[in-house]
Amino acid sequence: MKVHNNRAWLLVLPVLVLVAVSAIIPLMTVVNYSVQDSFGNNEFFWVGTEWFQEILASERFHNALQRTLLFSALILAIEIPLGISIALAMPRKGFGVSICLVLMALPLLIPWNVVGTIWQVFGRVDIGLLGYGLANLGVDYNYTQDTMDAWITLIVMDVWHWTSLVVLLCYSGLVAIPEVYYQAARIDGASRWAIFRYIQLPKMKRVLLIAVLLRFMDSFMIYTEPFVVTGGGPGNATTFLSIDLVQMAVGQFDLGPAAAMSLIYFLIILLLCWIFYTVMTSTTEQDATAAGERRHE
Amino acid sequence: MLELRNVARKVGDEIYVDDISLTLERGELNILLGPTLSGKTSLMRLMAGLDKPDSGEINFDARSVVGIPVQKRNVAMVYQEFINYPTLTVYDNIASPLTVIGQPAKVVERRVHEVADLLQLKELLKRTPATLSGGQQQRVALARALAKRADLVLLDEPLANLDFKLREELRAELPGLFAEMGCVFVYATSEPSEALILGGNTACLHQGSLVEFGATLQTYRQPALLQAACTFSDPPLNTINLQCSDGRFKLAESGASIPLSASARKDGSYTLGIRPHHLTLQAEQDSDIQLKGRVSVTELSGSESFVHFQFNTSAWVALLHGIREFDEAEDVDFYVSQENAMLFDSQNRLVLAHAGAGD
Amino acid sequence: MAGIELAGIAHRYHGNDAYSVNPLNQHWQDGGAYALLGPSGCGKTTLLNIISGLLSPTGGKVLFDGQDMTGLRTEQRNIAQVFQFPVVYDTLSVAENLAFPLRNRGLEKLEVSTRVKEVLTLLGMTGRGQQQASSLNADDKQKISLGRGLVRTDVNAILFDEPLTVIDPHLKWQLRTELKKIHRQFGHTMIYVTHDQIEALTFADQVVVMYEGSVVQIGTPQQLFDKPQHTFVGSFIGSPGMNIIRCGVDGSDAIIEGNRIPLHQSVTATGDGLELGIRPEHIQLSGSEGVSVEVTVVEDVGKHIVVRTRLAEQEIDVIVREGTAIPERVFLKFDAAKLNLYQDSFLLDSDP
Repeated sequence: MKVHNNRAWLLVLPVLVLVAVSAIIPLMTVVNYSVQDSFGNNEFFWVGTEWFQEILASERFHNALQRTLLFSALILAIEIPLGISIALAMPRKGFGVSICLVLMALPLLIPWNVVGTIWQVFGRVDIGLLGYGLANLGVDYNYTQDTMDAWITLIVMDVWHWTSLVVLLCYSGLVAIPEVYYQAARIDGASRWAIFRYIQLPKMKRVLLIAVLLRFMDSFMIYTEPFVVTGGGPGNATTFLSIDLVQMAVGQFDLGPAAAMSLIYFLIILLLCWIFYTVMTSTTEQDATAAGERRHE
Repeated sequence: MLELRNVARKVGDEIYVDDISLTLERGELNILLGPTLSGKTSLMRLMAGLDKPDSGEINFDARSVVGIPVQKRNVAMVYQEFINYPTLTVYDNIASPLTVIGQPAKVVERRVHEVADLLQLKELLKRTPATLSGGQQQRVALARALAKRADLVLLDEPLANLDFKLREELRAELPGLFAEMGCVFVYATSEPSEALILGGNTACLHQGSLVEFGATLQTYRQPALLQAACTFSDPPLNTINLQCSDGRFKLAESGASIPLSASARKDGSYTLGIRPHHLTLQAEQDSDIQLKGRVSVTELSGSESFVHFQFNTSAWVALLHGIREFDEAEDVDFYVSQENAMLFDSQNRLVLAHAGAGD
Repeated sequence: MAGIELAGIAHRYHGNDAYSVNPLNQHWQDGGAYALLGPSGCGKTTLLNIISGLLSPTGGKVLFDGQDMTGLRTEQRNIAQVFQFPVVYDTLSVAENLAFPLRNRGLEKLEVSTRVKEVLTLLGMTGRGQQQASSLNADDKQKISLGRGLVRTDVNAILFDEPLTVIDPHLKWQLRTELKKIHRQFGHTMIYVTHDQIEALTFADQVVVMYEGSVVQIGTPQQLFDKPQHTFVGSFIGSPGMNIIRCGVDGSDAIIEGNRIPLHQSVTATGDGLELGIRPEHIQLSGSEGVSVEVTVVEDVGKHIVVRTRLAEQEIDVIVREGTAIPERVFLKFDAAKLNLYQDSFLLDSDP
């Protein structure tokens, strides 16, 4: 038994080194910065939790936080139901399956900054298809100047980009449901809604959990796309936490507050994910212990 | 020889295998009998090396095998689900254990044809498993296990997913297939009749523990424990509680006396166990015990009748030869001979029911 | 409850030339218990799904009490079906599961709870209404599946598709007898599909034996057992099945490897392809007189002993009582009344 395990650790070593260099060490550096201040010339002194207190009290931080929360909430509210609906509409057997799957996968394959660029150009009133078209229809659309337009553009872009992920995850959950369930439901006279509520949704719970967590984390941390499209503007209408953070750290070079804010950011995401996870798994626990099944792993 | 000593395995809070010790010899058919969740599959996985026991020893030919990965052991396993390599032909499937260890092509070919002959797969060698019927797929899985010439062959309810008649066919062929191999052969099943047909030795399992192990017929005829008698009974064993005072037996509930000729050792509570096919409609000897029952439902199967009746407050079943129909709620007298009445004491151990009975 | 009639029903799956179900006509009485018995792939599940409406037949009509149901969907046919795989709604409790079909049909709350209580008692599950359905074992889940069918008062027929497959052998007995009791009590038309002959014979009043898409024989369990019309039925039913022995005929005797076996009546049979059918239960062992055979295997199965013998190239199985001593030299005596003569696999019957 011992022989087995030791060799396995050796294989893990290269990965550990990489993770240490790219993640753990930088993280520790950030923690270090967050509790220090400097007079310049690379001289640092300890200030304890001063930066944290300053950040948590600052109005700028709270505004950015609110914007980010609102964005995530809207994203989830649109993408999850939309994703489920599309997954339900996709064929489960036959020729159309491959076509649909490829179509769904396409938006996910595009690099994020390219996505941003696509929409940035798309929405321009002078040369973008969307912008030009809307202007011709008489709609007053300008995402660089109007807050509402900027938000709508970002949300539509994100929905276009990421709903497919929810679709694919939900689809995999749906396909796994044995045909018998549908047959039994038909015999029981269940309506389309009842079938969804009592068969499809419960069976999709686990994949939905993954979808919600992933979409929440990504939307809460969103940076590239809004940065490319609006740059945080107009004004600071689309300055989300991540953009604000970068402005502080790279633009203003306030390492201390930036580090503190990163950590706060990290902890907020952790907290909200934990809440989602606990709420959604408290109901799936019962399914997992269905009697009569032994899981041999 | 495969030896297990005090082997146990727990997953979370559930005990999968509870302190089992077994010795299985080569060349004999060893059967693990028990309902689902009794630990048969868990035990087989421990024997194969797919899982590690939390405690205890597992020795093969006197060498400990715990910790040796399953690829290094010479083990073959056949599952309930027909498991074959879907992209390989039948020929390649059967040849796979031999090609994996690098046997020369000529040797492989000879062995594959030998085994395919035994399992009547000669015409199917070029096909893929998906095009075969369930029975044929299972034959391929069996052939693959046979071809390997493993030291330990484990079959986990391999016939359970097959049709009734196919099961009969394959079951008749199995002992012959593995007899020549001189390996340790372990077969798990939840059907007592299968154990009886296959013969050999049977280990009765119940909720992860070993209840009894011995020659199949012996365990069947003289089960040392009540649990073994129950496991080994299909239809279910008829039982009722008895009280013994002054050497006389009475039904625990009604107080009616039961004239058992068993030599009662001490007073106390006992359990009477009678196999359904030992109940008859007529007394064949004067000493036969009479049991009054009320019929609830009769099932006829062409050559036998299963009569379900209430005996006091217990639901009993009698297996009668021939067709006998009864009306619902009809009162019928059943008889059982003294030697077929099994008596178990309060520790659920078999008390010899008949002086001189023994095998 | 309804009588079910199949008129010219046939079915071919997409792109197949062969029929999965060959054209057949069948009439089932209202309130009877029927079994569709046959090996895998014989078309029994296809036929069941045609009756329930889950599958549309490529030809023919399905009639319930004379009304054409062929065009109607499953929901409109008022049938209940129990599948091989126990189906329960995991997020609902036991009582809610049972109430589901009634609620979907818009019944009053009070009526729903009364019916649910009745069915819980019937299934022996009183007091477990609040239990979460996902925590039940397979046996109880199947009962709930059945319960969802019983709870509806408008059910024309209850169909079973190999329902005991995932059930433990010990619990199979219980569930089977409960099904029979329920049938006794309520008289639903019940159609039960299985490959297990014991299930079919013990459950049904009439068994339909199918093979490769065709109905081979329909009869009571007793008829199928004593007088199989085809050697397939003879060998399929019974464990071990009927012995089919090649023979010749001379007057009122059958000739097997030179031995004369008196038949029940004189049969005029000429030509080849003659076979004698006799069940292992109807052969006796003797130490002195009868047909001399060689014993190959003796299987003690507890409740009886199966003696497999060989006569020249042919195998003959015999079932004898538990504890019977096998004589040193074995002879077989055949019960003349139970002998069946077959030509080209079909029963030659001189009885009207």
